[in-house]
Amino acid sequence: MSEAKVHLDRAHGLKLLREMMRIRAFEARCAELYQAEKIRGFLHLYDGQEAVAVGIMQALEPRDAVIATYREHGQALARGIAMRPLMAEMLGKLEGTCRGRGGSMHIFDRATRFYGGNAIVGGGLPLSLGVALADAMQKRDAVTACFFGEGAADEGEFHESLNLASLWRLPVLFVCENNRYSMGTPLGVAEAEPEIWRKAAGYRMGGEAVDGMDVVAVEVAARRAVARIRQGGGPHLLECLTYRFRAHSMFDAQLYRTKEEVASWRERDPIVRLQRWLEQAGHLHGDDLAVLGAEVAAEVEDAVAFAEAGTLEPVEELERFVTMDEVPS
Amino acid sequence: MSDASTTAERLTYREACRQAIREAIIADPRVFLMGEDVGRYGGCYAVTKGLMAELGEDRIRDTPLSESAFVGAGIGAAMAGMRPIVEVMTCNFSLLALDQILNNAATIPHMSGGQFAVPLVLRLATGAGRQLAAQHSHSLEGWFAHIPGLRILAPATIEDARHMLAPALADPNPVLIFEHVMLYNMEGTLDPAVTGVDIAHAKVRRPGSDVTLVTYGGSLFKTLAAAEMLAGEGLSAEVIDLRVLRPLDMVTVVDSVSRTRRVVIIDEGWRSGSLSAEVAMRLVEEAFFELDAPIRRVCAREVPIPYPAHLERAALPQPETIAAAARSLVRPS
Ligand SMILES: Cc1ncc(C[n+]2csc(CCOP(=O)(O)OP(=O)(O)O)c2C)c(N)n1
Repeated sequence: MSEAKVHLDRAHGLKLLREMMRIRAFEARCAELYQAEKIRGFLHLYDGQEAVAVGIMQALEPRDAVIATYREHGQALARGIAMRPLMAEMLGKLEGTCRGRGGSMHIFDRATRFYGGNAIVGGGLPLSLGVALADAMQKRDAVTACFFGEGAADEGEFHESLNLASLWRLPVLFVCENNRYSMGTPLGVAEAEPEIWRKAAGYRMGGEAVDGMDVVAVEVAARRAVARIRQGGGPHLLECLTYRFRAHSMFDAQLYRTKEEVASWRERDPIVRLQRWLEQAGHLHGDDLAVLGAEVAAEVEDAVAFAEAGTLEPVEELERFVTMDEVPS
Repeated sequence: MSDASTTAERLTYREACRQAIREAIIADPRVFLMGEDVGRYGGCYAVTKGLMAELGEDRIRDTPLSESAFVGAGIGAAMAGMRPIVEVMTCNFSLLALDQILNNAATIPHMSGGQFAVPLVLRLATGAGRQLAAQHSHSLEGWFAHIPGLRILAPATIEDARHMLAPALADPNPVLIFEHVMLYNMEGTLDPAVTGVDIAHAKVRRPGSDVTLVTYGGSLFKTLAAAEMLAGEGLSAEVIDLRVLRPLDMVTVVDSVSRTRRVVIIDEGWRSGSLSAEVAMRLVEEAFFELDAPIRRVCAREVPIPYPAHLERAALPQPETIAAAARSLVRPS
């Protein structure tokens, strides 16, 4: 599908559900592996925000590009990076997407034009301009989707990038995942204009907010925006209103919000919501859910087994790729 | 005068830079240049004057004053198949793009497990001497030379200004070219027989036997002047132009020091934690027993470079201070 309409038939509905469930299950296992000290470093879970990555990716084609943040497992999976190398990367194994060198926060994948998880807040926005510029200058009909949190809107790089993207009418879809907290800082404490999408107007760019807990709403908005960008309409800012159910990272006591607040957002869980909708529409049959759950669980366990059986990059290769011998093609 | 020198075209360092950029953009559709005031204004040091009119706004791009955004855009474009030349007006402003240079350009090839290269060229004016005061007179090439993954070039001659860009663009890695502001007006000729230079080796600019003077960039001509003064006193100084600040070509330096057994390092950067410190320590590691005297350094004084001419002059390496350092090694008082 490339037009802006979404046909939420049984097949598509189940696909969206499966994609979100894969992310949820993958990350639940990551949290366990973290407790078991098999995953180390920083681990930022996407729990609650799955509808955003899954919805946006429906609007992208393989020729398009994606840039994300350190909270990018969802984008990586929804973009089509296989779960095995992804899990191996989490465990720092040679079989990982980046030979284990990047870990959770730095997933790169050339084959799917996934230009990285980036652990510097705002750091990916300028890169997205360049990828889009390169596509435009080489006459490739491609859109770059650039994901970032609302905290990135505090950074100068956000403003510099929106301005330049608009001036040069670059084919970038800016996706702001507003989960209301930048670590523990609530939106209102950091943003004079907490409605992030409104900032687009200052750069003469289209902007809108969408319910980021509703995967279909996200997909519809993304398809519309991507279609406009492909037609030469210039960049677009899509603010997805969402919430992360878990801590910012694994080192967060969550002193800044109440359990009640989290519970109230959990009622809007994007996975449960889609499930209910599919049930009501008569699209979920018999043991559909159980089958889906079992398939996803099996995929995750297979990925874990693959990652656990993986090898470590030999220390002799430590300095390899500090400088490149050639530009990969 | 020989025929060659009368017919050889006279040009400035600035014009040599311009020729190199023009040639690169014409030769390869993936090459373009972007930066602040590079187009309509012609470049703050007039390096790119006339290029936008000739090559078009697609290939010569004026950017907003957004160092982080357009340096990052250059990195992204390089990752996606282009060969961008990004001009950061002066290295003083590169601080606003440090995040992109260090955390993305220098990091992504390794961190992505070799999936992405960043074939980007950054051009930056550097150095003091024009009475521009502290915020416009930094020499930051030594800082950048600290960073693995980057190649750092300091063209001091017209030949290097003309010919270093092509191999820099051919390099699959990010290359930073520091052009010293005092060199742009320098005039000279190009040897038509030289059609390229390497970006790997230091070069002996003046052979000598009593002491080695190691320098680069804007300090090269001050150092050559010092060598001339020393020659008048019967002291033979060898002058090495590092040219490439990362990775350092220590072979050329060690070879020279092994012959002269004395060395002075001249660096317009501040002394503490500087490039000169790195060269000195490498000599300690690699050539300690070749040395007959302590290593000396002539660096910028550890102050923000002041505006008045006499103070600016006092803050920077000068032929007199370089010569004095060399003398002190050969004829200790
Ligand atoms: C430039 C920079 N400053 C600070 C940090 C530390 N930090 C990591 S995540 C984060 C919060 C970012 O919040 P937001 O952009 O809303 O994304 P979220 O984590 O909610 O997905 C901060 C402050 C950083 N990584 N980079």
